[in-house]
Amino acid sequence: MYAIIVGGGKVGLNLARELLDAGTEVALIEQRRDRYLTIESEFAHVVQYGDGTELWVLERAGIQRADFVIAVTGDDEDNILISQIAREKYLVERIVARVNNPRNRQYFELLDIRPAFSATDLILRLIEHEVPQQGLIHLLDLPEDHLEIIEIEVEAGAPADGCTVQDLDMPDGSLVISVLRESGGFVPQADTVIHAGDEVLICLDPGLESTVTPLFTT
Amino acid sequence: MAFILIVGAGRVGSSVARSMLAAGHEVSVLDEDPLSHERLDAGQPSSWEDSGGRFTIGAAIERDALVEAGIEQADVFLATTDGDNTNLTIAQIAQKMFGVESVLVRVMDPARAEWYEAQGLQTICPTHFAICEFQQRLERVTGAA
Repeated sequence: MYAIIVGGGKVGLNLARELLDAGTEVALIEQRRDRYLTIESEFAHVVQYGDGTELWVLERAGIQRADFVIAVTGDDEDNILISQIAREKYLVERIVARVNNPRNRQYFELLDIRPAFSATDLILRLIEHEVPQQGLIHLLDLPEDHLEIIEIEVEAGAPADGCTVQDLDMPDGSLVISVLRESGGFVPQADTVIHAGDEVLICLDPGLESTVTPLFTT
Repeated sequence: MAFILIVGAGRVGSSVARSMLAAGHEVSVLDEDPLSHERLDAGQPSSWEDSGGRFTIGAAIERDALVEAGIEQADVFLATTDGDNTNLTIAQIAQKMFGVESVLVRVMDPARAEWYEAQGLQTICPTHFAICEFQQRLERVTGAA
């Protein structure tokens, strides 16, 4: 497997290190001269000097045979361009793009650049997990695969409190896949009774969240 | 009369802004540098706003700034910041997110300009013009010798 990483900052550098350790062939492109020279002392020929948004620089790195292009510069417009050119001009099958400013995520989506990841979003997600809002946590979001898993704590007096799974009026496209209570987690049966204080994991089609949530909250 | 939004008030952006305003169009300019406004006023009898122009301070890629500058009403969008990748990104935002009818984008790198032109963007490449101009004049010089 051959991966081209554009951007030799902390993310790109550590990624290159990990991929090289895992036996992947890697090219790392860095456009800042000082940073390039520092990296070169560790990575030697793996690192290439140049602007990774220039077509000839990408071609020199062998983008035509790349399996992966990873755009992790500190500039969102650069990452968008690199990803777009890699996929549409050089037909690279797998792209990973870094979103520096979460507000720019909409543009990555607009131009169909996925997956796009943002460190800020990841940390926000972790905070949400630790300090849930309205008792609801997103455990998994895979919009491309049309899949979402959420975790909700059942509130006392909610429709689900004291109700069996089969009598619960869940919309089509949603399913209670696990119940966590003091005794531990288990996969519920149709006649499992849900109680206040239970944490339920629900697998659902994206968009059903607002229909499902009221069943477990008051 | 068309509503023209120009993002990037450098030499090119500000000159085009002034001539379009003089031609009777509605012109709005967006630039992140407040001082760039001076270029719009330079050598003019009245200030940019007094002449009927609009000026918004904000980053080219910020959705709120684009909206404030009037992208939703724009008939024409010009991307003339000093960054090729910024220009190419905001041009696509104007086209695909806001449905601006006519989008023109300045791209200094001939290779990127050519490829994005083939993808349906209207690119203007000053470097390409310079290269052609040099070649033509050199042909004249060397041809005459």
